[in-house]
Amino acid sequence: MTWTKKVLRVNLTEGSVNEEPLNMDWAAEYIGQRGLATRYLVAETDPACDPLGPDNKLIFATGPLTGTAVSTAARYSVITKSPLTGAIACSNSGGFLGAELKSAGWDMIIFEGKSPSPVMLNIINENAELVPADDLWGKSVWETDRLIHEKSGDPQTRVAAVGRSAEAGCLYSAIINDLHRAAGRSGVGTVMASKNLKAVAVRGTRGVGNIKDPARFMKSVAEEKQVLAENAVTGQGLPALGTQVLMNVINEIGALPTNNMQLSQFEGAHNISGEAMLEPRKSDGKPNLTTNAACFGCTIACGRISTVDRTHFSIENKPEYWGNSGGLEYEAAWAMGADTGVDDLDAVTYVNFICNEDGMDPISFGATVAAAMEMYEKGAITKEQTDGVELKFGSAEALVWCVERVATGEGFGADLGLGSKRLCQKYGHPELSMTVKGQEFPAYDPRGIQGMGLTYATSNRGACHLRSYTVASEVLGIPEKTDPAVTEGKAGLVKAFQDATAAVDSMGLCVFTTFAWTLDNMAPQMDAACEGDWTVDRLVEAGERIWNLERDYNIKAGLTGADDNLPERLLKEASKAAPTEGQVCNLDQMLPEYYQLRGWTADGQVTDELRQKFSLPG
Amino acid sequence: MQRSLTIDPEKCTGCLQCEMACSFENEGNFNPSKSRIKVFTFHEEGRFVPYTCTQCDEAWCMQACPVDAIKMNFTTGAMEVNEQTCVGCKVCTIACPFGTVNYNVDTGKVVKCDLCGGDPACATACPTQAITYVDASATGLDKMRVWASKTDNAQATT
Repeated sequence: MTWTKKVLRVNLTEGSVNEEPLNMDWAAEYIGQRGLATRYLVAETDPACDPLGPDNKLIFATGPLTGTAVSTAARYSVITKSPLTGAIACSNSGGFLGAELKSAGWDMIIFEGKSPSPVMLNIINENAELVPADDLWGKSVWETDRLIHEKSGDPQTRVAAVGRSAEAGCLYSAIINDLHRAAGRSGVGTVMASKNLKAVAVRGTRGVGNIKDPARFMKSVAEEKQVLAENAVTGQGLPALGTQVLMNVINEIGALPTNNMQLSQFEGAHNISGEAMLEPRKSDGKPNLTTNAACFGCTIACGRISTVDRTHFSIENKPEYWGNSGGLEYEAAWAMGADTGVDDLDAVTYVNFICNEDGMDPISFGATVAAAMEMYEKGAITKEQTDGVELKFGSAEALVWCVERVATGEGFGADLGLGSKRLCQKYGHPELSMTVKGQEFPAYDPRGIQGMGLTYATSNRGACHLRSYTVASEVLGIPEKTDPAVTEGKAGLVKAFQDATAAVDSMGLCVFTTFAWTLDNMAPQMDAACEGDWTVDRLVEAGERIWNLERDYNIKAGLTGADDNLPERLLKEASKAAPTEGQVCNLDQMLPEYYQLRGWTADGQVTDELRQKFSLPG
Repeated sequence: MQRSLTIDPEKCTGCLQCEMACSFENEGNFNPSKSRIKVFTFHEEGRFVPYTCTQCDEAWCMQACPVDAIKMNFTTGAMEVNEQTCVGCKVCTIACPFGTVNYNVDTGKVVKCDLCGGDPACATACPTQAITYVDASATGLDKMRVWASKTDNAQATT
């Protein structure tokens, strides 16, 4: 309640599919989804394993609230060891697949081993089978989705798939579900492709129920939906402008990383902003944005549905891209726009389409292109590698050329598919890689927003904004305003956000609710739905337990405190943008305090004391 | 006052809160596949359209039913299926020109929207007022207001 208490174990080496009961003792400690799947991964795999070898496992996991009427309860996560970072990977996605999986009767799918030939998993309620997918191998996500629907004949079948980039070994390939929702980061799609698993198709008609106290639950759900509706961010900003509501805001405070983070403000920011997506274009009078769209059960509806201008060079001869598809989110628009210096909204939207079509993480892709551009301008990469293309900052043509090559892994696309860290090493400029633990930065300059520096440095999956989104406090004043320029108090802020977010990610809810909700709003919904007493304190405790479990996994995988670091550029090259001029990220003022608050050793190890406190495994 | 469900697809975000509310009200769990209201997604066009029974006065389903299992609720105006009487012959599903009466394989009876007895759960759950439950004789008011705002006089005052 409302775990289905069933796990689907798929052994790809043997081609077997088996049902087993969910470990409810672990669910009581780790909730579900992110936390619970990590507990399974820790129990069943060696953290030192080859992420792309058969010993790594790939877990699709829903939360106990996934598929219920709680607003945003659409989510599922993919947990595995990342080939990009060598650390834990945990990528969260919305859309409709997670709820469908739950409605089919499954909390979790554990994929193990490696199939000798391409396969897909077909789930219709309790019936699950592996079927050959030789005909789908070599196809894009969109083509795969179309062919699976053609075969199933049921438009309600939900599909998650990897594209050609993953097959070609791009290290930041995503798993795309429902055409344009992504378990995006850390190369979870690359792991899926390494197992010869092309797609997962799900149809669930059993429903999600077994609510502990239905009357209290429905009352609580209605009240909390109202809280989201009345909040300025979740009720107005996000539906109207999407996450792109941030582009102009972050640029104005001088924290929009630009040209591979050389600068902290982008002249062309407005042209790729959420506001620009509403402006009618010259050719047909239509705006880039057609409508906003929701994931399953979400009453915020921040999703963007967009078109590219048909007269734009990227698609003028490609009618297959003239329709609507998933439009720009802020992080994607930043990575492929500001960070590459490109302010061509249609080009960035088209490149976003291709990232969805062939399953690439747009953040890592954009940031890797940005690093390549800087190396091109320095002469380390030449026209020899780029087939004569001028790989300069600001070139929409170069950006489009890059995405089409990473999508298939051909030519220089294979190099770009390595990600920023390995690309910069290969071409002799490791200092130009804007990464932590090998994962590319998202869209907030830690020189301008200090808490985000600590967030990036200590994130268990490498540079990431979604592990502790202190932007909420430091920029937007949620739940209370802190000064983005100071480091004082940020260690505590980051820890609190990290623990709370781990709990949110484990219940099945979207972290964007936290602009309006705290755990105080979530616990009553969780408690009315699920067995056991779910208080705010218990959720926070579970969050901290999950964080430590992930950390411990990383240490056992070979990472150390030295990996909790930022590139020199952010520590030494001061911001040149007026609002943040002269600032660097003062990580050294925050990190020791953070370790102390965590109760870790001075070199960042989880202590036996903590292990005992949270009953963490060995 | 008799009221009707009114649907404005322009406001729909495709979140399926209506489908969850409908299935919870009628089946006791969150199960869009059992919902009597359906949201259709037109991906290429970027449109979401909720669709359900319009409760025709001269209802084809009611006329076609050989055992008189479908009757009007005179309070709500809804055409309701009496599960005790329904024999599951499905003639009503053929008769309905809109496809909004459907067979439930689990029960062997047909199901359709009954306006939840006068308090439709879908309209309550909808976060964007794409589905509303309004005076049956004034369902066009909002559209009239939009068009009225486009007239010269209204333009001049804004």
